[in-house]
Amino acid sequence: MKKDLLSIDDLTTEEIHLVLDTAEAMREIGQRPIKKVPTLRGKTIVNLFYEPSTRTRTSFEIAEKRLSADTLNIAVAASSVLKGETLVDTALNIEAMAPDMIVVRHASSGAGHLLSRICRSRVINAGDGMHEHPTQALLDAFTIREHKQRIAGLKVTIVGDLLHSRVLRSNVLLLTRLGAEVCVSGPPTFVPAGIERFGVRVSPRVDEAVEGADVIMMLRIQQERMQGAFIPSLREYFTTFGMTPARVARAKPDVIIMHPGPMNRGVEIASEVADGPYSVILEQVANGVAVRMAVLYLLAGGTEAD
Amino acid sequence: MHMPRVLLKGARVVDPANGRDGEFDVLIDGGRIARVGRDLPADGGDRIVEIPTGLVVCPGLIDMHVHLREPGQEHKETIASGTAAAVAGGFTAVACMPNTSPVNDNAGVTGYILKKAAEAGLARVYPIGAVSRGQNGEQLADIAELRAAGCVAITDDGRPVATAMLMRRALEYTSMFDMPIIEHCEEQTLKGDGVAHEGFHASALGLRGIPGEAESIMALRDIALAELTRGAVHIAHMSARQTLDAVRYGKSRGARVTCEVTPHHFVLTDEMLRAPISYDTNVKMNPPLREAADRDAMIAGIADGSVDVVATDHAPHHADEKHVEFDRAPFGITGLETAVSLAFDRLVHAGVISLARLVELLSVNPARILGVPGGSLAEGAPADVSILAPDLRVTVSAAAMRSKSRNTPFDGWTLRGGVAATIVGGRVVYVNEQTAIAL
Repeated sequence: MKKDLLSIDDLTTEEIHLVLDTAEAMREIGQRPIKKVPTLRGKTIVNLFYEPSTRTRTSFEIAEKRLSADTLNIAVAASSVLKGETLVDTALNIEAMAPDMIVVRHASSGAGHLLSRICRSRVINAGDGMHEHPTQALLDAFTIREHKQRIAGLKVTIVGDLLHSRVLRSNVLLLTRLGAEVCVSGPPTFVPAGIERFGVRVSPRVDEAVEGADVIMMLRIQQERMQGAFIPSLREYFTTFGMTPARVARAKPDVIIMHPGPMNRGVEIASEVADGPYSVILEQVANGVAVRMAVLYLLAGGTEAD
Repeated sequence: MHMPRVLLKGARVVDPANGRDGEFDVLIDGGRIARVGRDLPADGGDRIVEIPTGLVVCPGLIDMHVHLREPGQEHKETIASGTAAAVAGGFTAVACMPNTSPVNDNAGVTGYILKKAAEAGLARVYPIGAVSRGQNGEQLADIAELRAAGCVAITDDGRPVATAMLMRRALEYTSMFDMPIIEHCEEQTLKGDGVAHEGFHASALGLRGIPGEAESIMALRDIALAELTRGAVHIAHMSARQTLDAVRYGKSRGARVTCEVTPHHFVLTDEMLRAPISYDTNVKMNPPLREAADRDAMIAGIADGSVDVVATDHAPHHADEKHVEFDRAPFGITGLETAVSLAFDRLVHAGVISLARLVELLSVNPARILGVPGGSLAEGAPADVSILAPDLRVTVSAAAMRSKSRNTPFDGWTLRGGVAATIVGGRVVYVNEQTAIAL
């Protein structure tokens, strides 16, 4: 493995499979009565979160604790960043205390790249701006593989705010690398420039996009998007792109419905779908811990055989 | 003390304003060009300088778009350090943008800049005043006062002239001075909070995009207003192929429009966002590096004459300011000390343009557009002379630059072509030790 995990592109295809296979073993630890192994004992991991996050931070923290690492959470409020010290200075201060890994979430794309250039510690990107969220894509792939036993040849449809989504970018890189056929759908205001070079099919008609899909992945719509005139209203978004039972019915009968969370019920997804029989949304959360344990373990130098 | 006459002997002189490209002697007397001719006789007291074979003598280069940062941001650059960078880059004169602190919107600031430039005694400095008071886009600055104090043009650079109405009035008003308005073309709502060219690379990196149309829309507005008012608009740092089309359209209609392109926009593309260093803040500038089709269009415009000027948009920033997240870093890179090498390497040696055309782009045309002396080695003209070394191998070293700032993406590049010496008003202000010239 490379020193850092900033992007799915930092992993070879073999390493992606290694992470997913290792996560299988890690999940088993979480099913034991005593959910802790000494693997990362004596390692210090700093969770440096510049954006509020419940799911991702908790998931990393549980993963770290199950591997017996010493963990430290630093939540930096956006307001104190403006008047306080720079990311570089904060990182150098943390680095001076010699942690083994830094897990970073930041509103600026490329923040992890900046850290990786100045830190000897390994850097794991837990979401940088509109860029990537590699561990989310890995846990999504793990969840898909669990249900479909493969990823190659599957039709995966991703619907929502493609432009602002770091989950989209990591998933497109990972799923296309593993041979899935990826179709993305959203209003044209949410389609990034040059998306045709991402190796995906783009359709502004969600009904057509979900046709025959093995996997439907919904992306979160943020309330403030009306201000940028990306969409007229949340209500109109729901009518044109919201995932309803009628739309799900156009997919394969064994389709799975995914969402990275947090969900906006009645905006991008109907409650009947979110809570329905095809939904694997809570499994994604559960799998997140196992996949992050695998990433931490492998980055710390472990191999699957250990 | 009277300076001895200096006779530059045996040089290739490229002086397109006077139709010269060949071997001539140049006699400098009292800070002016005394004579240019073949086998000029020397007097006993003359200093005779044999110009080594391969070097080129041309009218002093003029960079009509630099940020010298003084007053107010001396941690980035001072007039002394900026003009030291200029002469090391072969420029005998620079025109400096008014977005200092305070803004150059009054004669006091203009006078301060000229005083500092005189103290530095290196390149000539032509201040450019603000269009609007405080560059706020509301009321006109005191333009006649700025003109009288020494400003050669006006601009709200850093941003466009805010409204069509203000641009119209500014064009009408300045037409009585025959002074151009230099426009930073950017439709600000379309630019939004963009930080990079809108395209595949910005999308892949999750960086907010700025489409080329943000530039061309404003250029089209200003060209229309130039036609309406018969005023002169100079489009600064053109980057997008759509803007080049707009300029061609304006010129074809006889509008008084000229334009400049920076070396980085005819050399680099937005692929630099990802490699060799991803999110390198030294490739963040405004307008942004655009895609290959735009870069190639800029080269085509330079070749066919649609582009009038090569200017650097030298924009020094302190290393601390650039050592931050990409979207928080200020826009801009330095350019004074790399422009000539990049232009030789990518334009002249690449076969895009002749050396004479390069001198037009870097000297003749900026002098004409700004209405300043220079651009010519005519007898009686100020002895502002650049001596260029077209075949010098140059390895760019940010650490060795005279500029106070190091924010260049060209550090470590090896280029063919450089500067041998720079003469301002008959005084030798820069000699490159790596060339065989003895001045």
